[in-house]
Amino acid sequence: MITEADVKQSKFLGTKWINTLNINDFIYANITPYLGDASFLENATERTNSVWNKTKEFLKEERDNNGLRSVDVATISTITSHKPGYILKEKELIVGLQTDAPLRRSIKPFGGIKLVESALEERGLQIDPSVKEVFNYAKNHNDAVFSAYDKEIRLYRSNHIVTGLPDNYARGRIIGDYRRLALYGADQLIAFKQQDAAAIGGEMNDEKVRLREEVALQIAALKDIKKMAASYGYDVSKPASNAQEAIQWVYFAYLAAIKEQDGAAMSMGNVSTFLDIYIERDLEEGVITEAQAQEMIDDFVIKLRLVRHLRPGSYDDIFGGDPTWVTESIGGQLFDGRTKVTKTSFRFLQTLYNLGPSPEPNLTVLWSKDLPEGFKKFCAKVSVDTSSIQYENDDLMRASRGSDDYGIACCVSHQAIGKSIQHFGARVNLPKALLLALNTGREEEHGIEILKNVPALPEGPLSYDTVMDNFKKAMVELARVYAKSMYIIHYMHDKYYYEKAQMAMIDTNPHVDVAYGAAGISIIADSLSAIKYAKVTPVRNEIGLAVDFKTEGDFPKYGNDDDRVDLIAKEVAAFFYAELCKHTPYKNATPTLSLLTITSNVMYGKNTGATPDGRPAHESFAPGANPMHGRDASGAICSLNSVAKLNYEVAQDGISNTFSIIPKALGATKEEQIDNLVDMMNGYFAKNAHHLNVNVLNRDLLMDAYNHPENYPQLTIRVSGYAVNFVRLSKDHQLEVIQRTFHECM
Amino acid sequence: MNKQIRINYIESFGTQDGPGVRMVVFTQGCLLKCLYCQNPDTIPIQGGTEMSWEEIFDKAMRQKEYFGTRGGITISGGEPLLHAEALLPLFKAIKEAGYTTALDTNGFVWNHHVEDLLEYTDFILLDIKHINPHTHKKLTGVQLSPILEFAHKASQLNKRIWLRYVLVPGWNDSDEDLHEWARFGASIKGVERVEILPYHTLGVPKYAEMGQEYLLSDVKTPTPDLKNKTKQIFEEEGLKNIVVK
Repeated sequence: MITEADVKQSKFLGTKWINTLNINDFIYANITPYLGDASFLENATERTNSVWNKTKEFLKEERDNNGLRSVDVATISTITSHKPGYILKEKELIVGLQTDAPLRRSIKPFGGIKLVESALEERGLQIDPSVKEVFNYAKNHNDAVFSAYDKEIRLYRSNHIVTGLPDNYARGRIIGDYRRLALYGADQLIAFKQQDAAAIGGEMNDEKVRLREEVALQIAALKDIKKMAASYGYDVSKPASNAQEAIQWVYFAYLAAIKEQDGAAMSMGNVSTFLDIYIERDLEEGVITEAQAQEMIDDFVIKLRLVRHLRPGSYDDIFGGDPTWVTESIGGQLFDGRTKVTKTSFRFLQTLYNLGPSPEPNLTVLWSKDLPEGFKKFCAKVSVDTSSIQYENDDLMRASRGSDDYGIACCVSHQAIGKSIQHFGARVNLPKALLLALNTGREEEHGIEILKNVPALPEGPLSYDTVMDNFKKAMVELARVYAKSMYIIHYMHDKYYYEKAQMAMIDTNPHVDVAYGAAGISIIADSLSAIKYAKVTPVRNEIGLAVDFKTEGDFPKYGNDDDRVDLIAKEVAAFFYAELCKHTPYKNATPTLSLLTITSNVMYGKNTGATPDGRPAHESFAPGANPMHGRDASGAICSLNSVAKLNYEVAQDGISNTFSIIPKALGATKEEQIDNLVDMMNGYFAKNAHHLNVNVLNRDLLMDAYNHPENYPQLTIRVSGYAVNFVRLSKDHQLEVIQRTFHECM
Repeated sequence: MNKQIRINYIESFGTQDGPGVRMVVFTQGCLLKCLYCQNPDTIPIQGGTEMSWEEIFDKAMRQKEYFGTRGGITISGGEPLLHAEALLPLFKAIKEAGYTTALDTNGFVWNHHVEDLLEYTDFILLDIKHINPHTHKKLTGVQLSPILEFAHKASQLNKRIWLRYVLVPGWNDSDEDLHEWARFGASIKGVERVEILPYHTLGVPKYAEMGQEYLLSDVKTPTPDLKNKTKQIFEEEGLKNIVVK
């Protein structure tokens, strides 16, 4: 247990965090905001280079072996399942791997044993019979969900109307407050949890029993974390006593999570400001130098670049490029007006120079108009140089969500750290719903009846009001079925694949968001705009399905700052969200909506027929909330302004915009490029926009990488809420990225 | 009744024509007929879309958040000074709103409307295409002297000037021309920046679309050596803050 005497010796300030679990109080009391520029930063040391060079050998082996270096097919991964693993044991400052060797993946079959089996079979491997034997007695999430699904959900699912649901893989998106292990140590955290359990008394009901079981699992996980750390020679029962331990403790807490779970996205949270407090103290006491501080962050980040999960090929369609979303949020402001930017915010970004560009960890800058100028410029420089970071509107989220201690789950989703979690729900295909509205409730490829009571449209050109009526009917039904499926999924995930290591680092009984999503908003906006402002006549096949559209006249297109169409996108998002809110979710979660696609915009396109906006059948959607490729023709700011009009309050799970610009279009000199990018971001976020991926590169470079992948092992680009190694995307995804709008200069 | 302004195109994210992030308005109509003109579609006086200054102002205000402390509006063309009278209320309003104004001009127009407009102009991007009067005429179709005169007048009005030089191999890249051009530039007070714009061929397809012959089809884009030499000569003649684009 922490005592007052320990705190005195630690030289940390503050009182509230000592007796109650309160990380934010610790940060408020001890943070050293940094208002300067990047000139203090150090380059990689010889030690860092030797560890990173060794790591690059492993990464090359992985690339050369079709994306899989090795896999342990016989051991179900748990917090304590594997012996310690190292990259270069004698030189590592921060230790710990998911298994006993770098880039050796493990199996986590409780999400779905079938998926593990198919992932292995695709690579000519077989799951060990002893593992299979376990599932003759134990149930897994995937089987459980399908045992409860009804006919309707199956119909929507198999016809690609609701898609990518975490019903056969782990849901992820939960962010543990991994800082807690460093500040309190495992023993104190166990004591807090025991207090919580004791308070769940009185008359029992389903909720209370479930919660008591959850806390018991969390305590077991904390005990396992101690064992796992001990195998690496560390005692995490006590708080971290210096910067190196603080980083190590945080990493162990995260490592436990990624050994136990293979959730689609498992973010890091917002650890840099917290860790800076320890680093500042060690620097002040002369225990470490700046070069050593940077080394520790570099070493930590090397570990985060090695996070892997075993995934089947089908998974790549929706989450291309083998992402893990180790999302670390950097910067932002405190409610009291001070900035959360510290020197360690810079040190994390500096890893992109010291180790070269990389998609992971998914570095996310929380942008505020009040961020220090020096930091804004450094971020812009990193974007121009590496295209590896994304930005989210801190001023907007802080005000809207009421928290100044939050991270980004997966790509773009706000999550108050340790206080709130979310239940991930992938997304529905809105253009598909629009086509149901045009085809008497039948899906557009084969005419299978999905919805009943959708009136047939009169012959001839489409009428906006009639189409809108039908479309709203379709959205009402879609929301109902979607909500139902999400209830089942999360009920079963808790029951059969509970995230005990992560939940051990989160308040008992936290707030829950249920994260719904919608794809294709730009196609919806342009389609409805075409129907309203031009003359659109469906071309119907012999069974009356609209297989194509004849469009006469021009119409406003989303992405040109034209309210006539932009407000249609806004209205549809608001309507669909309001429908989702009419249903009670599992654990009384709060519904949120994202306008995000990950890389599934390609897959959605393949599964969707021609749409009234003129998009041919099977062509890719635009990613996230982006305007359709090439239709934003009035310059970059008009494109940004259109996206900025979408209302965050109805899409609190995030509105993703991926922006690509050639370096010259940002300015004539490097300095001007940096300044103009800063102004652009200030402007975009002042418009209450939510998210921006920034790519600064030439299309030619991507074409060359497409043709000669071997020359670009580290080429990193932002796709939709995350970054990828370009060469690890499928060729389809690569081409889709190349076809996107690149803002150029006249 | 305010005059309408003929507009060819508006770029919302302009970063090449003046400081910071700017809305760049390409007006319709130009008196010069530069052989290499990259926007030949802006030359005819007729054409484009008519807009009132208020409409342009409203458009600029939709993006004012992006202007920061440096940005604002640049009127390019075509030749913006042909619209000087109609632009005056626009520039007044932009200044009033706290943003900067810039003109991207060839300096061939001077009248009292231009004088009025310059009062509300922060930056003059002045493109002097050749320093030899004879070749200037051949290249642009007009006399050089009014343009040099414009530079002097703008300087006397204490305007902040960015000089521009489109570097066209075989036309204006001789050492002698470069030295002389730079000497003239160095003699103009208020020149804050000099931009060397290497000749490019991105505008060539427009000629075919317009059914016109492109007369410089044998001219190549400048080599890195030529760009370096030009910058060096400009520096030798005392020009400062030279940017090769």
